Amino acid sequence: MSFEVPDDLRYMESHEWTSTDDGSVRIGITDFAQDELGDVVFVELPGEGDEVTHGEEFGVVESIKAVSDLYSPVSGTVTAVNEDLFDQPELVNEDPFGDGWMLEVDPSDRDALDELLSADEYRDQIE
Amino acid sequence: MYDQARFTQNGEYEPLLSEKDSTKVEVGGDDSPLPDDLTRDSLELPELSEPELARHYTRLSQMNYGVETGPYPLGSCTMKYNPKFTEDVAADPNAAIHPDRSERSMQGTLEMLYHLQDYLGRIGGMDAVTLQPPAGAAGEFTGILVAKAYHEAQGNERSEVIIPASAHGTNFATAAMAGYDVVELPSGDDGRVDLDALEAAVSEDTAALMLTNPNTVGLFERDITEIAEMVHDVGGLLYYDGANLNALLGRARPGDMGFDIMHYNVHKTFATPHGGGGPGAGPVGVVDELAEFLSSPQVRRNDGGFELFDPEHSIGKVHGFYGNWLVLVKAYAYIARLGDEGLEDASAKAVLNANYLGSQIEYDIPYGPFHHEFAATSGEQDAADVAKRMLDYGVHPPTTKWPEMVPEAMLTEPTEVENRETLDDLATAFNAAHGEDDETLEHAPNKTTARRIDQVSAARNPRLSWHALGDADE
Repeated sequence: MSFEVPDDLRYMESHEWTSTDDGSVRIGITDFAQDELGDVVFVELPGEGDEVTHGEEFGVVESIKAVSDLYSPVSGTVTAVNEDLFDQPELVNEDPFGDGWMLEVDPSDRDALDELLSADEYRDQIE
Repeated sequence: MYDQARFTQNGEYEPLLSEKDSTKVEVGGDDSPLPDDLTRDSLELPELSEPELARHYTRLSQMNYGVETGPYPLGSCTMKYNPKFTEDVAADPNAAIHPDRSERSMQGTLEMLYHLQDYLGRIGGMDAVTLQPPAGAAGEFTGILVAKAYHEAQGNERSEVIIPASAHGTNFATAAMAGYDVVELPSGDDGRVDLDALEAAVSEDTAALMLTNPNTVGLFERDITEIAEMVHDVGGLLYYDGANLNALLGRARPGDMGFDIMHYNVHKTFATPHGGGGPGAGPVGVVDELAEFLSSPQVRRNDGGFELFDPEHSIGKVHGFYGNWLVLVKAYAYIARLGDEGLEDASAKAVLNANYLGSQIEYDIPYGPFHHEFAATSGEQDAADVAKRMLDYGVHPPTTKWPEMVPEAMLTEPTEVENRETLDDLATAFNAAHGEDDETLEHAPNKTTARRIDQVSAARNPRLSWHALGDADE
């Protein structure tokens, strides 16, 4: 089974992705992660204005199989939260890189993004 | 052979009483002090004959499964049949006392509570016991509040509680609710506490280590005295989660191992109903040094009788009056009926039954030697599918996928109440599933009232109150 790993994103070993957009970056979990978790039933996220830190927990995702912590790929301030996930957690399964996004964060250290896994490196990890 | 009863009407399970037959009843006048939007003029109330009513509830019970239907080996939950004589004792009109009666007029009640405090103290090796907490988890919370009060009285506020990763979820919740940071302790390769990891975790910030012994996979923590020493050396307290005390009854006592505080799950160790939201009891015992902080009231002897008293620096009340009296009566009756020898026999049978069952099943059990429960692994099979398949053989399956230290875990605890034939029935169910292919497992169960439950919808769109009944009709 092969999983979608978009080339233009950066990845964590713990299966979170981040975009590298100018301004705020978008954060979510990967196709591989949603498949491992199975049907997601609940997502807990921080609020707008909260601080997140690279490598530290920023929320929780719960499926019928497991409850997992979410680790932030970047440090910075949360500028937007995907509130659709509170009513429709299935978006994480259906479209992990699109409508299933979780946070938008204004990164405090943009250079740190370069230290995350590239799409190729992440592909190697999950294969 | 097993086939569960199934009563349906128009494709739905046994209808609600109000759906069978109901009558509109006019209620009240206009004199209610409540705002208009909170009051109703009429109510639809079920109106049924007595046989219809009796049959409704009997049908529901036949579509259910409980400890009076067959074995229920949910590891760590300890579901077991409770002997009926304890119900008789609790239903005795003499047991029905108003809690506000004068002490003088309820000496018998106080005497029984006093003796239960004493029995529990002697069973656990504790010096003082409060019967007040209304459940095991409430007992944990009470115990950790006592630890906190003790540290504060020492002028030494500590910030951390250490808990093994395999511990019951309530331990983490208890520590967090009491305002402590949780330090999670990984298990060692042998499934026990890793002493090096513990050494690294303990510090002057350690308020307590919460431990179950035997632990969650049924292993006795052999290094318990060394563990106690390490915690005590930094000024921390050792907390015993009484979940698995049924493995030690009459043979070993937490107090002798160095534990300072413990709670008793009277439903697991003795015989009271398994809470489930109803009244429960979770007494807490402590060593002398902590007695002054226990929740109040407790019972003590006075000149020629018994009286209630508040410990000097009590953390206060954690429940009304002296706790759930009628539950405590059942625990008392069970201990008194079994006596020393009976309790020792109960723990022997709990351990023997688990080991006999473990020896009869074809699934691997990675950790041992185990006591009252074991964590088998379903290996390449999905533990949840195996559990669903076991339902077809007329038994309740074990706890699945927990603890996480065992992949595809099937945590199994037959308890002391089952006989050999029942254990063989359980083994038959395990072994039948062991020999079956994924296709068969994935389509199980086939013989139960309800088949595969839609867990995803249930979790995503929970309907938790009667308001949701309206949604269900849509």
